[in-house]
Amino acid sequence: MERKLLEILEHNSRISAKQLAAVLEISEAEVGELMAKLEHERIILGYHTVIDWEKANRELVTALIEVKVTPQRGLGFDKIAERIYQYPEVTSVFLMSGGFDLTVIIEGKTMKDVAMFVSQKLAPMEGVLSCATHFVLKKYKQEGFVFGPETQDQRAAIWL
Amino acid sequence: MRDSWVNSKVKSLQPSGIRKFFDIVAQMQDVVSLGVGEPDFPTPWHVREEGIYVLEKGMTTYTSNAGLLELRREVSRFLAEQYGLKYRAEDQIVITIGASEAIDLAMRTVLEPGDEVLIPEPSFVSYAPCAILAGGVPVAVPTTEATEFRLTAAELEKAITPKTKILVLPYPNNPTGAILERHDLEALAEVVRKYDLLVISDEIYSELTYGVKHVSIASLPGMEHRTIVINGFSKAFSMTGWRLGYAAGNAEIIAGMTKVHQFTIMCSPTISQYAAIEALRNGMESVKMMRNEYDLRRKFVVHGFRQMGLECFEPKGAFYVFPSIKSVGLSSEEFCNRLLQEERVAVVPGTAFGKCGEGYIRCSYAYSLTNLEKALVRIGRFIKKMRQQG
Repeated sequence: MERKLLEILEHNSRISAKQLAAVLEISEAEVGELMAKLEHERIILGYHTVIDWEKANRELVTALIEVKVTPQRGLGFDKIAERIYQYPEVTSVFLMSGGFDLTVIIEGKTMKDVAMFVSQKLAPMEGVLSCATHFVLKKYKQEGFVFGPETQDQRAAIWL
Repeated sequence: MRDSWVNSKVKSLQPSGIRKFFDIVAQMQDVVSLGVGEPDFPTPWHVREEGIYVLEKGMTTYTSNAGLLELRREVSRFLAEQYGLKYRAEDQIVITIGASEAIDLAMRTVLEPGDEVLIPEPSFVSYAPCAILAGGVPVAVPTTEATEFRLTAAELEKAITPKTKILVLPYPNNPTGAILERHDLEALAEVVRKYDLLVISDEIYSELTYGVKHVSIASLPGMEHRTIVINGFSKAFSMTGWRLGYAAGNAEIIAGMTKVHQFTIMCSPTISQYAAIEALRNGMESVKMMRNEYDLRRKFVVHGFRQMGLECFEPKGAFYVFPSIKSVGLSSEEFCNRLLQEERVAVVPGTAFGKCGEGYIRCSYAYSLTNLEKALVRIGRFIKKMRQQG
């Protein structure tokens, strides 16, 4: 039940409690309780909206930074990751296998904003060995959603 | 010049009362439709991609008449793994242009003039015309909501005459969403064996059952060789436009069907056949995803109709609900016409699928939840209005 609820919400967090109750075959009150529990347990971390900011005419620069760091004794990568993700402009931080340690995704108003963040905050940070910054040129798909117009239903209105 | 060039058989096909309603729907703007018997998902990308690849490589020649052996092997494996059927790829399977062609081939291969074909109703519209064109005589066997629109052995036996040759078994059913379970099939199989009938089992919705696994009548003892199993890619893999299906049965019948297929079609579309191999090999995850999604919608729609105070039995297959509108006080056609005019919602009158569909409407839930909710709100408003007037 929990799993099913989470799978539905992952793709559509705006689904109404009424709809959820019908598809899960439980009451609306039970839906509310279940969601509160999942939020309390921090299984549901939050609800957000995927926006095409370019279409909304807002300047936004996204960059992916490959970061190499020195892990700390007893704390591994967690401490340094935390120091990085506390910055509000950092939207994602992942620990990676392979040629570098952390993927840091950052959003800024301009390329200069991002460059300043890397050169003044991230690179000088204790334990950070190197940064390689890659700017996003165009977004095609994000979190399962394709940028661009919605595909139209091409089916006839009636068909047996 | 002659008065008419069209022969009497063709003229006799399907009175077109329902056609008028269809034409009105087609011309209307801004209709919220629950009227389509076709999946809303695009064909899974890996399958489309295989089609593109095949085109790029220029693999655009004919295939063997019965279809690519490689595809027939995959179909054979699929039928074995999913339903425990044992049909050989080499001589017991033919690849057709959708399940529709397979129905036609089966009738033309088996029927002699005057042979009777039993067709449970409500059901899909092409069985009777195919039987007539093949010289047979269609005999409707009505089913009722009391038995969840399942054909019962008693009703079957009542309809049998010395001329009966074929029983069509259209389950999971369009338009009712009814299914047959093992015990239903066992009872029917006993009658079929007793009267030496052949079953045309149209299992096109076999992968779309909810909470119950589909059972093919061909998997029961003694039924393998007196059943033509018809299935295809349209519904399970959301491949309607690729036009690909198949029939499996005893080697004599399949050889006959392949002969008719050879002279009328040559072979099924090559690109579709290669794409279908990909679908069977790697598409089961997509099937599961779509099935889960349909299941959510199914529950939502059944709940919605029941909340309006309509009787709506729980369909366990396909992607249709078949609520009763008897309590509203309109005939199926009146209901659908007025619903279309007054609320701009398109649903199909139950009578499109046989006389015994009177008092019901078919609503497809191959639509997004948002679309379904919009339609349900409008239908609810319409019913309330009708009840106040009545």
